[in-house]
Amino acid sequence: MAISFQSALGIHEQALYLRSQRSEVLGNNLANVDTPNFKARDVDFSSLLDQATAQAKTSTDSLRRTDARHLRLGSTAGDDGLLYITPSQPSIDGNTVEEHQEMARFAKNSMDFEASLYFLNSKFKGLQTAISGQ
Amino acid sequence: MSYANLFDIAGMGMNAQSVRLNTVASNLANAQSAASSVNQVYRARHPVFTAVQQSAMQQMAGWDIGADSEQQGAGVEVSGIVESEAPLEKRYEPGHPLADKDGYVVYPNVNVVEEMADMISASRSFQINVEMLQSAKTMAQRLLALGQ
Repeated sequence: MAISFQSALGIHEQALYLRSQRSEVLGNNLANVDTPNFKARDVDFSSLLDQATAQAKTSTDSLRRTDARHLRLGSTAGDDGLLYITPSQPSIDGNTVEEHQEMARFAKNSMDFEASLYFLNSKFKGLQTAISGQ
Repeated sequence: MSYANLFDIAGMGMNAQSVRLNTVASNLANAQSAASSVNQVYRARHPVFTAVQQSAMQQMAGWDIGADSEQQGAGVEVSGIVESEAPLEKRYEPGHPLADKDGYVVYPNVNVVEEMADMISASRSFQINVEMLQSAKTMAQRLLALGQ
């Protein structure tokens, strides 16, 4: 195909996907704000993005997993990129979620999601202009 | 798609917090429900929250389980409601219709101050979940308008 969406859209497709994944992780922290012994988690976004872009580059000839027991190529099994947050004020029930910080992270992640969306929209607009030739 | 999960997580969070608000309401309403014996009296109730693991949810729904998502959490649930072990209050009220033969009635071990603080905490946490849901909704709406 002359126009490949993967090369046309660039990094923003992966970024958008990872933002939505991260919103789920942060949302889970917020839902468990009162769960004893719950440990807040987050992802290292830039390393995950690097990993995703590297995978997207080689995805044409990579293998597709159809079963959970299949081995994965590239990264080690069980390594989902999830890290634990170090709390600044640990609470006595073992919960490490700090509402204010999580809210700030969640809000920032939503804004970054919007930014990725905006970039993607611009890319599509550019493609449309190129196709219509006007 | 992770949006469905985010909505689920917010919904579970709101559900858990509303259970907590319900127990607070029940405790406050029964704070003065006296009884004639220790076995019959109302005891303060509190919910126990536990985190839900994603793999358990996926197994229930029969989805493909990735080795990478086994440790990832997927919401919160109320695993049970426990009765408080705090000491009960015995008062000498011989005129009370429920007084025992020595003239004592037993009052519940509800700490009203504690319950009020718990109520504020629960409603704040509920609010956080609502805000999260609104945020997720905005993100999903923008995503649907992509390329238009």
